[in-house]
Amino acid sequence: MDVEILARLQFAFTIAFHYIYPPLSIGLGLLMVIMEGLYLRTGQKVYETMCRFWTRIFALTFGIGVATGIVMEFEFGTNWATYSRYVGDIFGSALAAEGIFAFALESGFLGVLLFGWNRVSSRVHFIATVGVFLGSMFSAIWITVANSWQQTPAGYQIVGEGMDARAEIVDFWAMVFNPSSVDRLTHVWIGAFLAGAFLVLSVHAYYLLRGRYVELSRKAFKIALVVATVFSLSQLFTGHRSAEYVAEHQPAKLAAMEGHFSASAPADLYLLGWVDKENQTTTGIGIPGGLGFLLEQDFAAPVTGLNAFAEEDRPGQVNAVFQFYHLMVAIGMVLIGLTLLAVFYWWRGRLFEQRWLLWAFVWAVVLPQMANQFGWYTAEMGRQPWVVYGLLRTSDALSSVVTANQVLFSLIGFTIIYAILLVLFIYLLNKKIKHGPYDESDIDDRPLQENIAKVAGGQL
Amino acid sequence: MKLLYLLPLAFILTACGESDAAPGYSSLLGIDYPTLWFLVVGAVFTGYGILDGFDLGAGAWHLFFRKEESRRIALNAVGPVWDGNEVWLVIGGGTLFAGFPVVYGTLFSAMYVPLMLFLFALIFRAISIEFRGKEPMQWWRNMWDVSYSVSSALLAFLLGVVLGNVLLGMPLDDRLEFSGDWLNFINPFAILVGLTALALFMMHGAIYLTMKTEGRLFAKVNKLLQKSIIAFVLLFAVLTLYVLLYIPHLSDGLKENPLLLGVPILAILAIANIPRLVSKRKYLPAFIFSAITVGLLLITAAMELYPVIILDSSGSGNDITVYNGVASNKSLGIMLTFVAIGGPMAIGYTAFVYKTFWGKVRLDEHSY
Repeated sequence: MDVEILARLQFAFTIAFHYIYPPLSIGLGLLMVIMEGLYLRTGQKVYETMCRFWTRIFALTFGIGVATGIVMEFEFGTNWATYSRYVGDIFGSALAAEGIFAFALESGFLGVLLFGWNRVSSRVHFIATVGVFLGSMFSAIWITVANSWQQTPAGYQIVGEGMDARAEIVDFWAMVFNPSSVDRLTHVWIGAFLAGAFLVLSVHAYYLLRGRYVELSRKAFKIALVVATVFSLSQLFTGHRSAEYVAEHQPAKLAAMEGHFSASAPADLYLLGWVDKENQTTTGIGIPGGLGFLLEQDFAAPVTGLNAFAEEDRPGQVNAVFQFYHLMVAIGMVLIGLTLLAVFYWWRGRLFEQRWLLWAFVWAVVLPQMANQFGWYTAEMGRQPWVVYGLLRTSDALSSVVTANQVLFSLIGFTIIYAILLVLFIYLLNKKIKHGPYDESDIDDRPLQENIAKVAGGQL
Repeated sequence: MKLLYLLPLAFILTACGESDAAPGYSSLLGIDYPTLWFLVVGAVFTGYGILDGFDLGAGAWHLFFRKEESRRIALNAVGPVWDGNEVWLVIGGGTLFAGFPVVYGTLFSAMYVPLMLFLFALIFRAISIEFRGKEPMQWWRNMWDVSYSVSSALLAFLLGVVLGNVLLGMPLDDRLEFSGDWLNFINPFAILVGLTALALFMMHGAIYLTMKTEGRLFAKVNKLLQKSIIAFVLLFAVLTLYVLLYIPHLSDGLKENPLLLGVPILAILAIANIPRLVSKRKYLPAFIFSAITVGLLLITAAMELYPVIILDSSGSGNDITVYNGVASNKSLGIMLTFVAIGGPMAIGYTAFVYKTFWGKVRLDEHSY
């Protein structure tokens, strides 16, 4: 295999694996802030127990997120050296800002969040929890800005020619607020909140079905349900905004997302379907002219299709882009349906009697994860053959000195290590969940944080 | 931790004499932006060396502790801080990428294999720390202990190997791309720097552990500390001789400007001060001096290189310097603003964590 395919495979694999964890950290961070906030407000021990339990699971996701995240940063230099030189001025500065503003905050307070329960007052601990959560939110800001610049470059100028060309910042704020960054950032944030909320829903639904930690689980389930409902509905809005920017700035990607070939004709909006790239046809169930209606409120409005672009400027994997996009949308709809149904039963006061619904929530934990992954596949595969849209081709962005054998060596290494990591992660997650928030035997022996602080003797 | 404030200052003072105006670049306090950013990158990597240095060093000692209790205490001594320490590497990578994209691309793609090994070790180390305590079985804990200790030592060694090769330089073509064979990165000098880095970090880590342990474990750490001081001093002496005899380009700068000799002399004084303080049982000052040693040695290396970052060893003069490998003036100005705002904040959080976990390790239900 040639070095381009291997390098793309490695980057896709390592970043897809990495992206299992940061959304969980952001989402669980939000829920931990709410839980601990409720504890401080009400003084009820149940919220503290809940928060401590989720902190332990958070630690697991955070640790793997950091370890797999450094890999991404290094790969820009090791595998994509030409890209690094080309975008260093812009992408690099966003990455540096992420380090300085987000990671420092996040990992600075992490030690206190995880190990400081018995060492600092509950108020200081809450500040640490908020600090870690904000750090992870900031981190999402900078990395999404950097990626959005690759989708819709702005605020730059090109200096030099040919292989020596590179992009330089001319307007920092235009770069940060490039046409797609705000819509994509909110979409990413909410996707992360959903990943966290559905993990909490899943675990507590499981406890409720097993009759364990019932009082605590009912409270936690309701907190997470509110978060999940609000954000699965608002994701519909940010998703629509994202589609609008794609239509305006990346028409080739939009055409691939809906399998629309003819250069300028009304385009259908598919519910599901199959794209045959050879024969340039898309078969499926959909609304004729629906895409034009969605974008311009007119069923007859022509939409730019793939044939409007030269063969070498179109995404290669049209059917994959189509399928990932439609799966993401379908999952989004399922999440809305599930949460609204649960809210309905909650309103009728019969939520925890619907065992089938609780079982559905147990398994629904994988859905936001899948939607997050598929959304990114759509965004990144739809941008091809460009790594920076319209400016730098992926095939030109490689490291010129790295050989296929070297990449094969590292790809095999990552595959083995990440396989071990995933197995261990699931095993330990399962173990922590089975163990639960507390031992049922010492149900009331567990001292409150304040008491521990007193026993520890003036450690603040 | 106030020390961290001083290091960038030391960098600034040492570079002051050499900065000549670069066309198209602004300057601050008489130092142009590319040089300032070189100082920032240097300061972040120095911070990384000092901070991750002690937890890598402590990890390298791990298998020397035989009892389960000792190993848990040693692990929990770095438990709340290792993650934050590693972030300095992420920030260092980001500042290098942003400020010197040409260096980032050339260096990282040239050193593909060593850096991939570095990443593998980094991941193994992180998961060893996370997973070790999650099962009670002896084989499980032994397995992660070995993985933790070996990966910690390997990381310290590889950091030295990378630094050694940067000091040596590498063949570059006229597009400033690496044009040699990566197997040449395995050379006696780089291996010597690797071993010296390992010994330095193990000394640094042992001093850290003396502040975190009590009783028999403390006595054991103290013994190991003595050995590591001897090992480091010997390796450092050999390394210095090697540089003076075989690598003239690394000492030419000092010969031309004897005033700069002050820095390596200070480094040697700092090293000499460590056994003195240890014998007086003043562990915190000893730790500060081993941190200063890490800092001064890196400053010496930076001074030898500046304004070159990667020397072209093929002799065609295609060096990558702070001027031809640098980002735009605008970008550097923005990032210097980030550092001015974010830097003190980052140091603040770091100081807060260390203050919270100050003193001897006490295991509780949240420990690893």
